[in-house]
Amino acid sequence: MGNLKGRNLISITDFSKEEYIQVLDIAEEFEKNPKQPILKDKVVATLFFEPSTRTRLSFESAANQLGARIIGFSDPGGTSVQKGESLHDTIVMVASYADLIVMRNPKEGSSRYASEVSAVPVINAGDGANQHPTQCMLDLYSIRKTQGTLENLQIACVGDLKYGRTVHSLVQAMCNFNATFHLVSPQELKLPSSVKASIKNAGLKYYQYTDLNDVIANSDIIYMTRVQRERFPDPLEYERVKDSCILTASMLKGCKPNMKVLHPLPRVNEITVDVDRTPYAYYFRQAQNGVYVRQALMAAILGVR
Amino acid sequence: MEPKKELIVPAIENGTVIDHIPTDVVYQVIRILGLDKYNDEVLIGNYLHSQKYGRKGIIKIKNKYFDHDEINKIALVAPLASIIKIRNYQVEEKIHAEVPDHVNKIIKCMNPKCITNFEAIETKFDVVDRDPLKLRCHYCEKFTTKETMKFQD
Repeated sequence: MGNLKGRNLISITDFSKEEYIQVLDIAEEFEKNPKQPILKDKVVATLFFEPSTRTRLSFESAANQLGARIIGFSDPGGTSVQKGESLHDTIVMVASYADLIVMRNPKEGSSRYASEVSAVPVINAGDGANQHPTQCMLDLYSIRKTQGTLENLQIACVGDLKYGRTVHSLVQAMCNFNATFHLVSPQELKLPSSVKASIKNAGLKYYQYTDLNDVIANSDIIYMTRVQRERFPDPLEYERVKDSCILTASMLKGCKPNMKVLHPLPRVNEITVDVDRTPYAYYFRQAQNGVYVRQALMAAILGVR
Repeated sequence: MEPKKELIVPAIENGTVIDHIPTDVVYQVIRILGLDKYNDEVLIGNYLHSQKYGRKGIIKIKNKYFDHDEINKIALVAPLASIIKIRNYQVEEKIHAEVPDHVNKIIKCMNPKCITNFEAIETKFDVVDRDPLKLRCHYCEKFTTKETMKFQD
């Protein structure tokens, strides 16, 4: 087993396949028993330079349930950041107050930089459009939990595949597990060629579609994302394609019994609420799994697991 | 009788000659190598006739030799340049620049949202492709290409 003590988690490529599995195994243990005071002498700093609901609350809930104390901010307003303090100085200072830093910052690469100047480990909770590795890990956890394995799965990714960083990370991570990818998106929002290259380089296959109905029967996982109106220069084009990536309960007739629908949330209208009542909806449980995965990461990085 | 050839840029006794530089990047090469702050003779010729390339630039730097890393930086903008070490007016060694595996400091990240464009951070890139040139930012992980490449001020 790899030793994750003192490590940073900035990008999904920072951990090996084995290390991911190690974290997922630890997360399973926390799912069975989430309230353990194993971090009671630790201080976790959560520095959120832009608003976040799920990610921040889930990190703070995870730390609280393990008995850690939390310091930090959920908005840089009212802090020295607003007075013009550099990220460098903020991080050096906070690192002297805490055992671990969890940071979200809209500037891309900010978490990597923070990890280089911090005396304590840094977990990236999202750096702009770049990386959000704990989301990817909870996606992997949810897939393994619902399918019993990560290997040889049929993964459908639906919606905004061009800008959706969660999809890019998930595809790259699932390339380690012999997945086949079914990519459903409007023409304008297809998966970038660099991510498709990762699939090819792994010797795996992907298929592209514009109609969600074409992939439902075959998929083990349908990973939905939001198609945003502002991504389309032409509003008419948005109107034309907007319904092609909406999932309704009636479309799920004939899907595999093991199939689960995932979504990084927030959802707007791309999954109609009638899907919530089907046995295939898993997105709220997926968000809950984020707590166990973040507990596992914090415990492993702080050296208590 | 053959007409006497005249050296447009005078020869140097000791130092380095960088030859076959594309005309539009001569001043970039000067900047990359920090020659704008060099306190000895630097002779610059541009738009000179070249049998091989039509027009070219040449830089002669007196009493200065470059290490491998410095030479390789030249390859980012002038991959066909030759670097000639001169001692006592004689060619001691002629080498060709090669794009290095890592490029630090000299290039800006093309991503306007990258942290390196907000804080005083030395940029770092991994070279993922040499032809065409493609560099991956160590921080934001975005790609900078020859078309989007800008040098630090």
